[in-house]
Amino acid sequence: MEELINKLKKEVITQLNLEDISVEDINPDSPLFGEGLGLDSIDALELIVLLEKNYGIKIEDPKDGKKIFFSIRTMAEYITEHQKKA
Amino acid sequence: MEKLITAYTYIGEGKVVVNKQLIFYQEKIATFAEFIKALYKQEQISYPKFYKMDSLSKLGFMCAELLLRHEKPGRFKPGSLAVVLANSSSSLETDLTYQDSIKNRSAYFPSPSVFVYTLANIVIGEICIRHSLKGENAFLVSEKFNPRQLLDHVSDLLDNNRAGACICGWVEILGNTFKAMVALVEKENDGTLKTSFGSMPFTEASLNELMNLTEKSIWKN
Repeated sequence: MEELINKLKKEVITQLNLEDISVEDINPDSPLFGEGLGLDSIDALELIVLLEKNYGIKIEDPKDGKKIFFSIRTMAEYITEHQKKA
Repeated sequence: MEKLITAYTYIGEGKVVVNKQLIFYQEKIATFAEFIKALYKQEQISYPKFYKMDSLSKLGFMCAELLLRHEKPGRFKPGSLAVVLANSSSSLETDLTYQDSIKNRSAYFPSPSVFVYTLANIVIGEICIRHSLKGENAFLVSEKFNPRQLLDHVSDLLDNNRAGACICGWVEILGNTFKAMVALVEKENDGTLKTSFGSMPFTEASLNELMNLTEKSIWKN
């Protein structure tokens, strides 16, 4: 899980152009939106694309997004769970 | 009513000139992205959203940033500062990037953050968000720099009191070829307007002069 969390941090930084933020700056349990990294609605769409592009996971119900993208850890948990099912 | 150019930013040929002062120079420009990032870092601007912008918005954003950085907050009444920008390539630079992301059906991942910049006037939106501007705005596209068009549009806004002042100019980028000149135009009501670089009337000749700064070398190091 920790390996996936670190990989995700790097991917999020690249995908969202968070140039002033390093892997160490991201607390895997901090909220991604509002506070924490202060991401916006366009970033949310980019995260959906990231899951599909890098992990082949398509989010069918947009309502799930809030839970999945709460933090880096919740994203990692969702990917792990989804990959087990596949 | 006389109108004056009270501040300006010029970016072109590796040079950044603000109000007659050369503030940044890069002799060899590898890419626009590197150039503008180096300028952003040198000027110690802290605005994380900058990194998410497309090239056109970064160029316009930096022009406005350098243009307004010494203005006292509250000098312009809310809604009184207009923005009128122009270029020849519109948002083509970003349109091509977006097209790239959708041309391959087997790797079809259109980027939402690229898509939002596939309109030229988004650069004005970024400037307005940064400086809390709520005035009139327009983005004009013409084949080449057209000072008459800018002069007419801005004069109409100021003469009819639809704006108290206006940020106007040319913001052009395609690939690694770029040039920008953005000026702050104000109405001279009582002879109190002062500039750090002498008096410059808002005329076609002045706009042409500012667009060709590197040829005239009128800045100071």
